Amino acid sequence: MLLSHLPALQVVLPLIAAPICLVLHHARLAWAWAMLISWSAFGIALSLLNRVLSEGVISYHIGKWAPPWGIEYRLDEASVFMLVLVTTIGVVVTTFAKESVEKEIVKEKIHLFYTCYLLCFAGLLGMSITGDVFNIFVFLEISSLSAYALISMSDDRRALTASFRYLVMGTVGATFYIIGVGLIYMATGSLNIADLAVKLPAVADTQTVRAALAFLIVGLSLKLALFPLHSWLPNAYAYAPSAVSAFIAATATKVAVYVMLRVIFTIFGVSYVFGTMNLGPAILSLAIMGMFAASAMAISQKNVKRLLAYSSIAQIGYIMLGISFATVTGLSGGIVHLFNHALIKCCLFMVMGCVFFRINSTDIKDMAGLGKRMPFTMAAFVIGGLSLIGVPSTVGFISKWYLMQAAFEAGSWVIAIMIPLSSLLAVVYIWRVVEVAYFSPSPDGETAIKEAPVSMQIPIWVMVAGIFYFGINAEFTLDVARRAAESLLGGIVL
Amino acid sequence: MSSLGLYNYWVVVVLMMSGLYIVVAHGNLVKKLIGLNVFQASVFMMYISMGKVAGGTAPILDESIKVYSNPLPHVLILTGIVVGVATTAVGAALIVRIKRAYGTIEEYEIEKHEIEEEETNAAEGLTCF
Repeated sequence: MLLSHLPALQVVLPLIAAPICLVLHHARLAWAWAMLISWSAFGIALSLLNRVLSEGVISYHIGKWAPPWGIEYRLDEASVFMLVLVTTIGVVVTTFAKESVEKEIVKEKIHLFYTCYLLCFAGLLGMSITGDVFNIFVFLEISSLSAYALISMSDDRRALTASFRYLVMGTVGATFYIIGVGLIYMATGSLNIADLAVKLPAVADTQTVRAALAFLIVGLSLKLALFPLHSWLPNAYAYAPSAVSAFIAATATKVAVYVMLRVIFTIFGVSYVFGTMNLGPAILSLAIMGMFAASAMAISQKNVKRLLAYSSIAQIGYIMLGISFATVTGLSGGIVHLFNHALIKCCLFMVMGCVFFRINSTDIKDMAGLGKRMPFTMAAFVIGGLSLIGVPSTVGFISKWYLMQAAFEAGSWVIAIMIPLSSLLAVVYIWRVVEVAYFSPSPDGETAIKEAPVSMQIPIWVMVAGIFYFGINAEFTLDVARRAAESLLGGIVL
Repeated sequence: MSSLGLYNYWVVVVLMMSGLYIVVAHGNLVKKLIGLNVFQASVFMMYISMGKVAGGTAPILDESIKVYSNPLPHVLILTGIVVGVATTAVGAALIVRIKRAYGTIEEYEIEKHEIEEEETNAAEGLTCF
């Protein structure tokens, strides 16, 4: 009985847990509660993954109202993949958050932190699971509004302006998205994704639908920080509390990419977007510009969290590059990179959380000699950095390999060469940090080992283990990504 | 449909563009937030207009009612309005905290503060070495 309601519980559990967290009003208790909820959500996501892989698509009707009238929760390979990703990151970051949050946020506000955290978690899960375009907007706003609050909880006053800028840009993006949704509703009279996929081709050749596509793509590009629309991201990631940076960097933009995939491939269909409208070259060129420009900007950063934020924009470029090929290889490369980059960035931002925990700064100049003083933490940074560059046996290599293969398949060796070329820029910015941490002496001659607490180390090394595991044995991720790509490209399987 | 029949949509476009313009052009954070509200209000109007059926009345389940407006976009936009209110509340709360932290809500003055902060940080860094 309960098992058949798992899709609803996946979202409802954290959503109801959030106000309870507010009532608990105790820092440690709120953390324990958030921990319990993220583990339960993780369990639910795994069991749903299991069911989808063995039985195929699950369609759950909220309140037993049949789609297209009622809201449908639809689970195929792509959405269940996102659920597993978000809940994995949720479990890891909640474990990490305990000590990190106690240091960075005043005690009276910690239960509020976990309330917003659970709301953000619920919103992201809802966006991944729902099969209704308006429902996506509602969950998008739940996750974004709580994200603005989370970012502004930092001590640094620059976090406030970063959060406000994110709020303005994010709201413009989300409003563009509902304008697009409104326009396709005008043309088809439906909001259900599967139903839209059937009804849209008949009216595809109208100005309304073309405008809808434009609004949806631009709005979502703002949300996922595609290159020229990324200006909200660097400060938001740089000045947010460490746990928030790790969580949002690994999930929020990724879920927005997922919604973009749904819009392009499921709703409008690959032949319309890449054939009739020919958006491929536009997305491709923005992705490549992002790969180079953002990596180049990352090189000149003084703050490592800001550096990592710019690197995130570049990595979004890789993901969009894979999508712009609109082939099974390209799309699965993009989806695998989405997963792999989430692992890497979550790991690196948690490392910066540990560094901040000990030295109260994430500026490069303050990190001199840190390789000796925090050997485990900095070793994790090096591994994460190598993976970001794409060294074999790490996850970064798998996804870049796949993307290059897709470029060759598309017959464009120029693009294939650009992928390792832009990775060279990653070598430069990662090296800048490694050089200061390992090869310059600490200013006060301090060499005693002073590591971050074990509860912050464990999540980092779990991510490092993931980076190696999925880098050497990529069969599982590649298989799921390929099936997700095939189901997206094959249109809706009814 | 005559151009006057599209009157609602003309208003929507004008509001949408002026809202977006205010967000981009004004440096005062409160004005930015108001611009955002105008921008969102245009979308509310768009949804409400599209649900209207000419000559239709309220959708009440009754024998005598044959033509009625589509209630779905109206219900959707109720959710949209709630989201708009929540966004404004979060934005206003942020502005209050920005005012406390910087003593101003003008964007260029805040930027000046931030640049100064960065420069003093950099100067401290130099004295370290």
